[in-house]
Amino acid sequence: MTLLWIALLPLLGVLVPALTAQRGRTLCSLATGIVPAIALLLTLMQLPALLAGEALRVSVMWLPELGLELAFRLDGLSLLFNLLILGIGLLILLYAHFYLAKDEPYGRFYAFLILFMASMVGISMSDNLILLWLFWELTSLSSFLLIGFWSYRGDARKGARMALTITGAGGLALLAGLLLLGDMAGSYRMDDVLASGAQIVADGRYPLMLALVLLGAFTKSAQFPFHFWLPHAMAAPTPVSAYLHSATMVKAGIFLMARLHPAIAGSELWSVVVPLVGSITLLYGAWFALFKTDLKAILAFSTISHLGLITVLLGIGSPMAVLAALFHIVNHATFKAALFMSAGIIDHETGTRELKLLGGLRKTMPVTALLSTLAAAAMAGVPLFNGFLSKEMFFTETLATPVLGGLSWLIPALAAVGGILSVAYSVRLVHAVFYKPAKEASPKKPHEPPHLMRLPVEILVALCVVVGLFPAFFATNLLDLATQAVLGEPLDFHLAIWHGVNLPLVMSIIAFALGFVMYWRHADLRRFLQPFASIDARRVFERFMVTLSYRAEQSIAALDGNSLQRFMSWLLLAALCMGVLGLAQMDILSGSKSNQPSDGILVFGAAMLIFGGIATAATHRYRLISLLMLSIVGLFVALTFARFSAPDLALTQLSVEVVTMILLMLALFFLPQRTPRESSPLRNVRDMLLAGALGLVVASLNYAVMTRETLSISSFFMANSVPGGGGHNVVNVILVDFRGFDTLGEITVLALAGLAIFKLLNRLRLFMPHSDGEGRVWSPDRYPAILTSISMTLLPLALLVSAFIFLRGHNQPGGGFIAGLITAVALILLYMARGVEWAQARLDFPFQPVAVVGVAIATLTGLGSWLFGYPFLTSAFGYFSLPGIGKFELATALLFDLGVYLAVVGATLMILANLGKVTTAHRPVTDPIESDTPAPTPAKEPR
Amino acid sequence: METLYAITTGVLTACGLYLTLRGRTFPVVVGLTLTSYAVNLFLFSMGGLTTDGATIVHGDGNYADPLPQALVLTAIVIGFAMTAFVVILAMRARSEAGNDHVDGKKEDRE
Repeated sequence: MTLLWIALLPLLGVLVPALTAQRGRTLCSLATGIVPAIALLLTLMQLPALLAGEALRVSVMWLPELGLELAFRLDGLSLLFNLLILGIGLLILLYAHFYLAKDEPYGRFYAFLILFMASMVGISMSDNLILLWLFWELTSLSSFLLIGFWSYRGDARKGARMALTITGAGGLALLAGLLLLGDMAGSYRMDDVLASGAQIVADGRYPLMLALVLLGAFTKSAQFPFHFWLPHAMAAPTPVSAYLHSATMVKAGIFLMARLHPAIAGSELWSVVVPLVGSITLLYGAWFALFKTDLKAILAFSTISHLGLITVLLGIGSPMAVLAALFHIVNHATFKAALFMSAGIIDHETGTRELKLLGGLRKTMPVTALLSTLAAAAMAGVPLFNGFLSKEMFFTETLATPVLGGLSWLIPALAAVGGILSVAYSVRLVHAVFYKPAKEASPKKPHEPPHLMRLPVEILVALCVVVGLFPAFFATNLLDLATQAVLGEPLDFHLAIWHGVNLPLVMSIIAFALGFVMYWRHADLRRFLQPFASIDARRVFERFMVTLSYRAEQSIAALDGNSLQRFMSWLLLAALCMGVLGLAQMDILSGSKSNQPSDGILVFGAAMLIFGGIATAATHRYRLISLLMLSIVGLFVALTFARFSAPDLALTQLSVEVVTMILLMLALFFLPQRTPRESSPLRNVRDMLLAGALGLVVASLNYAVMTRETLSISSFFMANSVPGGGGHNVVNVILVDFRGFDTLGEITVLALAGLAIFKLLNRLRLFMPHSDGEGRVWSPDRYPAILTSISMTLLPLALLVSAFIFLRGHNQPGGGFIAGLITAVALILLYMARGVEWAQARLDFPFQPVAVVGVAIATLTGLGSWLFGYPFLTSAFGYFSLPGIGKFELATALLFDLGVYLAVVGATLMILANLGKVTTAHRPVTDPIESDTPAPTPAKEPR
Repeated sequence: METLYAITTGVLTACGLYLTLRGRTFPVVVGLTLTSYAVNLFLFSMGGLTTDGATIVHGDGNYADPLPQALVLTAIVIGFAMTAFVVILAMRARSEAGNDHVDGKKEDRE
């Protein structure tokens, strides 16, 4: 259970800054820190159990059909990452408290940060492949929000978009890869997958799977050639860069390679591709770090380079190499986060990060200078720092590896070059900022930051030194657990500073010597490079994206020409093709069932329908006439339902017909009365042919179905309606019971449509004609006396009828839908007969809540069955008797139907009454509070 | 009877679809409504055409298929909601774009 808390607490923690942001920054920062602190504490409390060799797992079923479980594990690797994520996260929070400017929305920033933290913890602890992927995507999204936090800046927006595009695309590849992997292993559980390594490597789909998974890992961990998003992500606030782009997110790809190591690493392919990509990244990053002049860009490229180093180690894959990789993950996180934070401090206190503008800061910021020097020393791999240890291990492993066969010497050679470059850029970073005299004054007068802002850097640098001095004491246990988690068996190792004079030490010495020389001759190098134009990755990327979307738009425009009509034509043509294809596969159109005999009334009804339909289409330019013709069709459709034994449908259609016609008439009042003649004759003929062909297809299909014996599942509903649903009207029982969930969805849509219409009518500016299409002014007799008196008399009767229809609905034709529509019609009649003002004075309540209450009642009725341990929307019924009334039945379905009734009444009136109000002074207007543009925050009242 | 029914459905579909291909909003809305009538009739007929049948369980034999009826009943109501939404959208589009062309074209050739 504790595991579940560790994994899910940070997710809950997202709410904390949102809730406390109004209470001042100090309180908000403190409160935000509590949740990760608890999670960190809980993680540490698992340490004894882990050391005792227990396998900590927790699993809750989520979607077992998809192999998705809410399953978490805590092993050495997760522990290591959790400590990094939560520990450094806490330091970052402290740092961010001072870093953000006064007026910046720190609550939002903290919420994004914690969301990111939660998703990283999720990745680290996931015990299920799909769950891991979910958290993986969540990191992409939350990092997008964080990189683009200063959304008013163009570079932040572009950087965020680029990061999301690259890591998001990688995430999709990863999903495909993980699905394949799970399929190959036969399970998505981590333990099963990790145990079936041999089976996976032998599978024919292994290369494809590996490529996809590595795409995910490489994009996330900024490996060449997907590295370019990382430097552009530096547009983020520095706490984000320190956290995401040094310590955590970019390590997610590395983590994935380490986590899946037993399952996917045991192949030739892996040990060629991964070290090669890693080496290229290592050199590429280091080379560019040497020439960048922006502090954060230098650090970003150096991060790319170090990620490449770790990738090489994981690619080599020997037990000691894995150990070195894990060790370097920790070391890099500590010194790089410290360096990023110092860079942020320098930026904060001097107003620039540009190397050319900086210099001589040793005098004004002595402590920061010392801290940065120590951290850079760790990065360069100076002895007695933690970076030295893992770098020596790296050199050792590159010397020992046989992965490239006869070319294996290439890897240590490349590693040595990487070492030289890393010394050179580390020296340059420190010397140019702190020790070299400044050429010009920085924008702000530099001074030391507040002590608490420096505290995180101090802690991290102290860790670098302490681990470097006493590696055996501080790092052994943790690394032992982590390597054991990756390799599956304990590894016997001993961390020491001094291994005697050996080849790796010689490599280190060469690296230092040549690194210093390189920095000394830096100006010559720059001059040498000048002729080579540098490629701006962002420009290339942006151009690619622009071209892509332009091409996409063009190809779409070529099809539909941005015209709805052409778009519809394509759609219908596609439907026609599918229909014809389907019909062509039939041997014979008519089935075994013979035609039932027709009578005169039927022929008359069909003729009226056909006449109405054709007339509607033919008169469409005269809109009112077309509408009247449409109403003929609607009326005869209702009669058709009545003729073919569907009383419920007939009643519904009849009442819907009334409201539809009123609605369309009202709408027509605000629209042009005539349609201009626009389509060319050719187009008209084409449309007619298309529509006619589709009509033929539909008619043939309909005929084919009706003349065949159908295998219906209705006998089930017939048999179970009374015993299972307690109602004799099967249609109604299906609606409120068997398929109640559909109905619930439907009334929700209805209520939503009503709300959407209410919103659309807000502040609608309309042209209100004073005369009809013929130029005749409207009748002065607005409220005819006969209609007025009839509507008054009808209202109570109609309400009574709707109550009757509602109550009998379960056993006789009727029900909530029909009753709701009848009530709505009666009320609308009142509006029409008496006018909005009159009705408004007597019916002064908004209909939105009615619809919402209706949906709520239906939902609660459904949820109620949970209280009794039944599935959602199980209905109960019983027979009761009251003296004087007799025996009657009560069913929970009736309550559900009441919800339907209210939703229908509410939504229908919301639509029609609000539309009617548009003509009057009661037109809906939005309150100034909920206007679209965010209102400026009101200044606090002076006390 | 079935032939007649099928022809009717086909004609209504054709007329409705022809209208949805027009260039002004109101005929398109009318066309959608007409199409939805046709679709409802089509769906309704999936259970076969029953004369003098019942959907009320009483014990005697001649039953109409209740399932398509239930589906069509919800379809009618949803259809109304959608028609209402589209027609109000058309009004809004006219008020924003100044004309009632489906693409909201600037130049109004009336």
